[in-house]
Amino acid sequence: MLWFNIVMQGVLIGGLYAMFAAGLSLIFGVMRLVNIAHGDLIVLAAYVSLIVTQGMGVDPLTSLLLVVPIMALIGYALQRGLLNRTLGEDVLPPLLVTFGLSIIIQNGLLELFTADSRRLQAGAIEVQAFELLEGVWIGVLPLIQFAIAVAVIAGLQLLFYHTALGRAFRATSDDQSVAQLMGLDTRHVFAMAMALSLAVVAIAGVFLAVRTNFDPAIGPARLIFGFEAVIIGGLGSMWGTLAGGIILGVSQAIGAQIDPGWQLLAGHIVFLAILAVRPQGFFPKVSG
Amino acid sequence: MPDLLEVEAINVFYGDFQALFAVSLGIEAGQIIAVIGANGAGKSTLLKTVAGLMHPRQGEIRFKGESVTAMPAFNVVNYGIALVPEGRRLFPSLTVEENLLIGGQSRRSGPWTLARIYELFPVLAERRHLPAPALSGGQQQMAAIGRALMANPQLLLCDEISLGLAPIVVRDIYARLPQIAAEGLSLIIVEQDIAQALRAASHVYCLQEGRVALKGPTSGLTREMISAAYFGV
Repeated sequence: MLWFNIVMQGVLIGGLYAMFAAGLSLIFGVMRLVNIAHGDLIVLAAYVSLIVTQGMGVDPLTSLLLVVPIMALIGYALQRGLLNRTLGEDVLPPLLVTFGLSIIIQNGLLELFTADSRRLQAGAIEVQAFELLEGVWIGVLPLIQFAIAVAVIAGLQLLFYHTALGRAFRATSDDQSVAQLMGLDTRHVFAMAMALSLAVVAIAGVFLAVRTNFDPAIGPARLIFGFEAVIIGGLGSMWGTLAGGIILGVSQAIGAQIDPGWQLLAGHIVFLAILAVRPQGFFPKVSG
Repeated sequence: MPDLLEVEAINVFYGDFQALFAVSLGIEAGQIIAVIGANGAGKSTLLKTVAGLMHPRQGEIRFKGESVTAMPAFNVVNYGIALVPEGRRLFPSLTVEENLLIGGQSRRSGPWTLARIYELFPVLAERRHLPAPALSGGQQQMAAIGRALMANPQLLLCDEISLGLAPIVVRDIYARLPQIAAEGLSLIIVEQDIAQALRAASHVYCLQEGRVALKGPTSGLTREMISAAYFGV
């Protein structure tokens, strides 16, 4: 029962990792951009939520109604104003620019909010739990977080394969110049993709901030979790990303049970092992 | 009579390399013209420039009297110019039907709908849910033409639609062109298959090393005049 419990907790946190990963995977899929600032944008979303919850006196989950559109707007502006200019044949400029952006966000947050640890208070719901099986307790908040993660992944999948916007994403990813012949302004398509990515980042950021303490420096570690989940799941597959997040979460939970110091290490070791035996991930997109 | 499309003395470059030298061309509504020439003569460059994928350094392109010289491709299509690109270039991650639907993205109204495309190319209707790469070369070409028609253009640019296809398939596709033109469309056909192009078109332009070497109604041209312009002998 102890191990079942541990695996369950790992699965639930895996949903959060999948949300870290989904936005990353989306951006890479549509425009081959590796967003090094992704983790810091998650932390930025947490701080935006902090301001909204304190300023308006709402709980963190309600703050999503504002944080999601704010982050989406930031994403659109960031892509149109900055990142579109870095895209081209060479993959290095977007890497360098997002790396720089990561440093700017970290230091900007440090300047505004200091290095103090913060936490979003969700109230009574934080400690509510129910007994699933004898001795297996499930927290209500982690369960909501997991359910939202599944909904986000399902929503992205639906959007990608059953809407005009998703069609535009896939077409632009296939062939930019022919996409333009179809009347698609690729600068706008890319900006919509980044807006969507940061909308997911907003949800991930708020749940992260309710779960754990955060400060301006924790972004890069979340980026690593996101990367690992994407690679384990296989590039280009949304459900694979969820599987990747769960595998990472379970590995960390088991590692932590063996020795608390092994939590992160266990996750990285499993990631490296999977990379060694199955470098394409578990559910790579079937290329045509 | 005001031309539908007027290309006036355009110079087009790839970096320092000049691909087109003062090329002029005109097409009236309902006309089919052919642009022929050897490899590297600048035929595809001319079409890409008209479609807005490339822009002339000098010269002017007017469509229905309005300048589209510096207009980006995604706006040009909304004005009514659609390109069937060389090599078909269907979107491999989209199904056949999605490829057609994305062609209709610009939402210009007109006679071409999904149903009409399937009527014109019935084989596409059977294979609508397959991924585009699962089609044969000829079917892919039909899908590429259908995708361009979905934008309901007034001017359709066809770049080497016979390339890599069996002669019987080429004849099949060319047999549909009059049906397409009957909707009031004008066509510019770029071809290396001269006989095919001359049969379909009323006027022909022959490009040679980026310059117009010969132009005129197809009826008035002899084989000797064309081969002289084609090879520059």
